[in-house]
Amino acid sequence: MATSALPTLPTADVGHGYTTTGLPHRKVAIWAFIGSECMLFASLISTYLIYKGRSVKGPFPHEPWTDPANGHVFKPILNIPVTSCSTFVLLMSSLAMVLALAAVENRDKPKVSLGDKILGSSRLWLLMTALLGITFLGFQAFEFTSFVHEGLSIRTNLFGSSFFTLTGFHGAHVTAGVIWLLTMLAIDFKRGLGPKDALNVDIMALYWHFVDVVWIAIFTLIYLIK
Amino acid sequence: MSADSSHGNSPAAVAIEHDLGAEHEHPTWSVYWKVALVLTLVTVLEVWCYYLPSFVATPYFVPVLLVLSAFKFTVVVMFYMHLRYDHKLFRVLFTGPLILAMIAITALLFLFGKLAIRTGLLT
Repeated sequence: MATSALPTLPTADVGHGYTTTGLPHRKVAIWAFIGSECMLFASLISTYLIYKGRSVKGPFPHEPWTDPANGHVFKPILNIPVTSCSTFVLLMSSLAMVLALAAVENRDKPKVSLGDKILGSSRLWLLMTALLGITFLGFQAFEFTSFVHEGLSIRTNLFGSSFFTLTGFHGAHVTAGVIWLLTMLAIDFKRGLGPKDALNVDIMALYWHFVDVVWIAIFTLIYLIK
Repeated sequence: MSADSSHGNSPAAVAIEHDLGAEHEHPTWSVYWKVALVLTLVTVLEVWCYYLPSFVATPYFVPVLLVLSAFKFTVVVMFYMHLRYDHKLFRVLFTGPLILAMIAITALLFLFGKLAIRTGLLT
């Protein structure tokens, strides 16, 4: 009796990666995951904002500080020109990512001109995205190293703790994204990616763009707002 | 992976996608390039604002940066993440937690005294 009350699903839906809504279940899952990630980064950003300006000793993000113990003067620690460059790099990686997805989706379409061939090369754009992601991580490694050399570590003050935790978590997400990209690139070199793989690339692209939008928020809230 | 992929090309799946609007037309390459240009220009504008001491001193500095940042965020989500073209369920799955996250941040900032409303009623 109970079984007869169950809704009848289209046969195509059963056990083949589609939810009862007809949407791919992995795409629903990645959006749900991205939603949960919003909450994670909200907690990290709010922690940073709550502790902002409450550090007893420097170095500080936007203001110089003189250490009373030895008279050493610390410059404002944030390097806006370098971070602006890394922000630009991450934004361009998002462009490369959508071009990679478009190339995979349109792989079967004829490519006449050289421009079409370049735009239609998923390998080129996946490689470009991964390289830009690695460049961003290089900028972050440079920033972290220079901060430590200038006297700011995760244990120095509240700013250091909240800053390194927030940007470190974001960097870990970028690292995971780069590994994902390189894996997809290896698959592309091995057997080629076509329209049947578009969903897989789309899911990866959604994750990558999410990492980008988180950085858009971090760049403004942490680096630009004094 | 292969099961999903092969299913994705089957007539039944295509029919379902068309019926429910799972996959719509994505923007063209030229739209992607224009979006990248807009994002770059807005980022330049943000950094330019940061280096204008006279503007930084005004009460408009923070709201302008927040609006510019929200604009970039929205553009990436709408065009690069295709939320403008995809199924409404994805929009709900993203904007729901995002609104909740923004409410949580705002509530915490009020709770810890980082934000305050001065209405004069409490003093």
